[in-house]
Amino acid sequence: MLTQDERNRIRAEAAHYDHPQAACVEALKIVQEHHRWVSDEHLKEIAALLDMSPEALDSVATFYNLIFRKPVGENVILLCDSVSCWIMGYEGIRAHLKEHLGVELGETTSDGKFTLLPMACLGTCDRGPAMMVGNELYRNLDNDKVDEILARYRHPSGA
Amino acid sequence: MAYPYVHEREVRMISRNFGDPAARTLDGYRERGGYRGLERAFEIGPAAVIDEVKASGLRGRGGAGFPTGLKWSFMPKAGVKPHYLLCNADESEPGTFKDRELIRWDPHQLIEGCLIAAYAMGSRHAYIYLRGEFFEASQVMARAVEEAYERGFAGRRILGSENDIEVTVHVGAGAYICGEETGLMNSLEGRRGEPRVKPPFPAAVGVYSMPTTINNVETLAAVPHIVEHGGEWYRQWGTDKSPGTKLFCVSGHVEKPGNYELPLGFPMMELIEDVCGGVAEGRSLKSVIPGGSSVPLMDVEDCRECTLCYEGVEAAGSMLGCASVIVMDDRTNIVREVRRMVQFYAHESCGQCTPCREGTPWMTQVLRRIEAGRGTESDLDTLLDMSAQMTGTTICVLSDSAAAPVVSSIEKFRDEYLALIHGGERVEVA
Ligand SMILES: Cc1cc2nc3c(=O)[nH]c(=O)nc-3n(C[C@H](O)[C@H](O)[C@H](O)COP(=O)(O)O)c2cc1C
Ligand code: SF4
Repeated sequence: MLTQDERNRIRAEAAHYDHPQAACVEALKIVQEHHRWVSDEHLKEIAALLDMSPEALDSVATFYNLIFRKPVGENVILLCDSVSCWIMGYEGIRAHLKEHLGVELGETTSDGKFTLLPMACLGTCDRGPAMMVGNELYRNLDNDKVDEILARYRHPSGA
Repeated sequence: MAYPYVHEREVRMISRNFGDPAARTLDGYRERGGYRGLERAFEIGPAAVIDEVKASGLRGRGGAGFPTGLKWSFMPKAGVKPHYLLCNADESEPGTFKDRELIRWDPHQLIEGCLIAAYAMGSRHAYIYLRGEFFEASQVMARAVEEAYERGFAGRRILGSENDIEVTVHVGAGAYICGEETGLMNSLEGRRGEPRVKPPFPAAVGVYSMPTTINNVETLAAVPHIVEHGGEWYRQWGTDKSPGTKLFCVSGHVEKPGNYELPLGFPMMELIEDVCGGVAEGRSLKSVIPGGSSVPLMDVEDCRECTLCYEGVEAAGSMLGCASVIVMDDRTNIVREVRRMVQFYAHESCGQCTPCREGTPWMTQVLRRIEAGRGTESDLDTLLDMSAQMTGTTICVLSDSAAAPVVSSIEKFRDEYLALIHGGERVEVA
């Protein structure tokens, strides 16, 4: 079940547009904020709030890279895999991340902390290789920097 | 945070506030001369605004270079139907990183540009469509819009005039194809971001089937300056066919990659060598992609005489696109980089058109085979054949974009393909 807060926020978003459907991506993101991904049950509830069929909403949800219809880890890593990052050493960073986390691209670590996903150009090509962890952007990556960043997410208190 | 690299040959107009966080607030922007263009627009009226923009010769910075004033004049007269202005801030062309900077350093410049454009075309609603990955930029933008409303620069009776213009920030969720103008419109309506068949063109049938104009962030950022100082003033920079200044996003193998605002017509080699410090010591230049991953590759010979304006890059066999200059030195494995670009298009194809849906993964496969040393010379013919079938045959030009690097690389760097095909150097492929 969606919380009252989620419902209220979705309704408020829908009110910004002439047609409630226009708020559907925002609604999916609101639900992901709390649940990280969008389950079938939540999808149906959102669809009902926005006057859409669940099928129509699902076809939109699956169109976008940042809407997850399967469970993801606590932190989603989006590794930029476009041309400028490749030129600047993407493959080394990818190999390091895979080894460090013990997962392939598209997988979640066994402790549920991280999901590693390749991502289309993040638009920071002058400072590649680049990745996002959650909403944070990290650039000019090297192996040490990656380790340092991941450690921060493992032990958020800095401990 | 200061802006990383600045060069004395730059003409900093739209980038003048980069690195200056105080310019982000409405007061900071005003103190630096902001919103004077809007005031002037209200004084001279919509038709005169369009005339100034036409006179400036400003061309769309989203890639196609279409004259902005002309585009605006296609909009029907304001009347019963609502008109919309869309600002395309989906920036996802690989190699491009200018719009994010324009938004995060100078959000009010963009709001001002949107307001002037909307006013000129009789639109009472401007949407700024930002890509989902631009988290920080979307927060900066949302805050600036809020401030504009609080201070009477957006919403009802702007600056005490009779003009009402709503400004809404809409954030996407990751899909390159939503940058295509009609894909963006579908996405904005809450549909799959699939491009629409044209005609009808957006000026006739756009968002919610209403007349719509869509412009890139950088295009709209130039508008306040043009309207404040006049179209002729803008023409003091650039060439006759490509007036004004442009942000060049330089990435790859140069010492000082970054955004540089330069007059159009700037020599390519001077950009790479003087402004960006050239390739690393001991390395040599191999290839440049001048306009983002959708345009043909150039070799060193092409670069030498090339000037960076729409007609200059075209004469050198490529396209200026969004001026995303990707520099590759002699370490680069061209076949692999081309495969990477094609693979990107394969992933981002929306799948509506067969040549694009089937062609992009197929080309990726053939390129992988060549990369792995298992290709044949006839694979090159296959690639060229496929490219021809993928060009000019689909709803949008994503398909053409995927073919461009393949065709140009085979033309310019055939030796590299042949070296991989006939043994020699073998590379590991993931
Ligand atoms: C596949 C594809 C992706 C595009 N992506 C963008 C983009 O991210 N940003 C952008 O401004 N234009 C993009 N465009 C170009 C737009 O369709 C459109 O021409 C542009 O926004 C018009 O603005 P302008 O006239 O100010 O350049 C893209 C086009 C295609 C075919
Ligand atoms: S060319 Fe490709 S991306 Fe464009 S509409 Fe057709 S299938 Fe979609």
